[in-house]
Amino acid sequence: MSVEGSAAEAIRRLEAMLLVRAYEEKLAELQRAGAPGTCASVGQEACAVGVAGALEARDRILTNHRSAGHLIARGADPGRLVAEVLGRVDGYCGGRSGSLHISAKALGVVLTSTIVGGELSMAPGVALAQKMGHGEPGGIVAVFFGDGAACEGIFHESLNLAVQWQLPLLFVCENNDWQAFVHRRETMPGNAIAAWAAGHGLPVATVDGNDVEAVHEAARDAVAAIRADGRPRFLELATYRLRGHFEPDDQAYVDADELARWQARDPLQIQAGRLLAQGALDAGELAQLRERAAARIVAAVTFAQASAWPDPRTLTRHVYAEQGARP
Amino acid sequence: MTRMTIEQAIHQALAEEMLRDERVILMGEGVATKRRDLVQDFGAARVRNTPLAEAVIAGTAVGAAASGLRPVVDLLFAPFLAYAMDALVNSAGKLRYLSGGQFDFPLVAMSMTGSGWCVGAQHNHNLEAMFAHAPGLKVVMPSTAADCKGLLKAAIRDDDPVLFFSDLALLHQEGDVPDTADHLVPLGQAAVRRMGNDVTLVGYAKTVEVCLQAAAQLQAQGIAAEVIDLRTLKPLDEATLLNSLRKTGRLVVVTEASGLCGLAAELAALAATRAFDALRAPVVRLTGPDAPAASSWVLEQAALPSVEAVVQAVRGMLAEAAAGREALAAS
Ligand SMILES: Cc1ncc(C[n+]2csc(CCOP(=O)(O)OP(=O)(O)O)c2C)c(N)n1
Ligand SMILES: [Mg+2]
Repeated sequence: MSVEGSAAEAIRRLEAMLLVRAYEEKLAELQRAGAPGTCASVGQEACAVGVAGALEARDRILTNHRSAGHLIARGADPGRLVAEVLGRVDGYCGGRSGSLHISAKALGVVLTSTIVGGELSMAPGVALAQKMGHGEPGGIVAVFFGDGAACEGIFHESLNLAVQWQLPLLFVCENNDWQAFVHRRETMPGNAIAAWAAGHGLPVATVDGNDVEAVHEAARDAVAAIRADGRPRFLELATYRLRGHFEPDDQAYVDADELARWQARDPLQIQAGRLLAQGALDAGELAQLRERAAARIVAAVTFAQASAWPDPRTLTRHVYAEQGARP
Repeated sequence: MTRMTIEQAIHQALAEEMLRDERVILMGEGVATKRRDLVQDFGAARVRNTPLAEAVIAGTAVGAAASGLRPVVDLLFAPFLAYAMDALVNSAGKLRYLSGGQFDFPLVAMSMTGSGWCVGAQHNHNLEAMFAHAPGLKVVMPSTAADCKGLLKAAIRDDDPVLFFSDLALLHQEGDVPDTADHLVPLGQAAVRRMGNDVTLVGYAKTVEVCLQAAAQLQAQGIAAEVIDLRTLKPLDEATLLNSLRKTGRLVVVTEASGLCGLAAELAALAATRAFDALRAPVVRLTGPDAPAASSWVLEQAALPSVEAVVQAVRGMLAEAAAGREALAAS
């Protein structure tokens, strides 16, 4: 790839991260004004954007409660996302999900679960269907989860099955040091999940989850390897949750020095700083990118707030299959 | 009396029981973060943050309970109990029996549920009946601060495993809690919240208030409703229910949980099998739908039995009775 081409891609990744950040910050603002709370992915934008950029439309992902980055990086319309959070009909799930379990099948975002570990329990099945010819040819599956999910027993069950059945599955662990209100150091002896994964006998890689280029590269390699041999891979992204667990959250339980250290490693600043240093971007252009992201989110909120509430008469629709609803 | 929220009442119950009995320990995801004063007062050994692992949190509680401790585990939201179900249902509920009575399981599994937070069905699921269905387990779901405190304390002292459900929507609601040194509410006792002769309204958790509001409206229409707060779902206080029913002859059960195989069905069966002769109208069940809870505020609220629905149901029951009397008089 040409240097120019790769700079353009790097700028696109920065743009995507800016969009995720603007979205998350706007939702936190809406929450303060009375909207439902959300699990913000601020600080983890590079994980979502880096991995999603290494996937193709034919691939599918599973995600969890902290999904906005994954959804947006996958091309979700922020207007429909905000509408879902607000419980409106134009949301991706018609307002039934709210922020916590947003799936968007058309975007390949399947089976989002806010039960921690739920995505890990279903991912082997999605990958099995892929392997048995029920997906796009050559597609693979990626499952996003946190360090907390790795503490659930289902994590090991999922890895073992994926290895044993040789499933085309990329495990993406965003190790952000937090499991709701408990620091990871209180829940496991080591710092890394990858060591556990390695014990299951699949190739693992660990990268700086705040460097979107590093994430992208590692994800690209892992995806290529899975496409080549159809076997699972494990990718651990070392990152940090910069906002609270669920808005609102004053983070009173967070060590201020640790937070400050990670704030100084903000993934957006790392990428912007790199592009500025390379001369691929100047300060004015950066400001423009920021403004563009902010404007898109403002438009998204306008769209969402104009969206209707669901009709209460539809309350029991979609509990069971409808006769003839799908061919 | 002291006014406090349900959340505060629960906290007091935990603190008092930990002080009273050093075998009481508290475990869960974030309990030590949330309840710092308990860590300070009773030490980190007795107030433990756990890994995110409900299956082993519950399993550990079961093992510890059988071995001399009295664990309280906070499993956060009721749907997460699904991960803990094996330990609670298969171990805690069965191993006293399967061991021929060799072991006690004095443990409490706390969780929250119910509408009000727009969090959707993986956090909001009134699945208490699933546990009432399991042998060996007791289930409480109080509606007031005083009952939350008194029942939690009683649950901690009980030698059987108790599921303690809190209604999310009520957590910040205030109520008067007795200042007595040891405020206990025994398991298995319903509370008559209001007396009346025409109809018995039964609810638990947030639907008690629905029943009370309906009763107030009905009173204005000359109908005297008795309101019963179940408080404990298992063991059921059959005597209080049957006494009321023999007096009123009419039963409306109001639950947020869905109806099929739920507490409302159980009470209807109780009425039919034990008070059939007293019944003057078919039992009415007003329950949540057979649908997962939606996140959207309007759908979440639409799933709840409303005060109007209760009023209408009662008026319908009494109108039928009046029409029946007229028909009889005309014949
Ligand atoms: C089974 C289950 N237990 C607990 C929770 C409550 N909860 C939601 S997110 C979360 C922390 C998850 O930590 P991690 O997997 O590291 O993801 P992160 O939030 O850091 O992105 C917890 C405890 C839940 N949703 N599901
Ligand atoms: Mg985490």
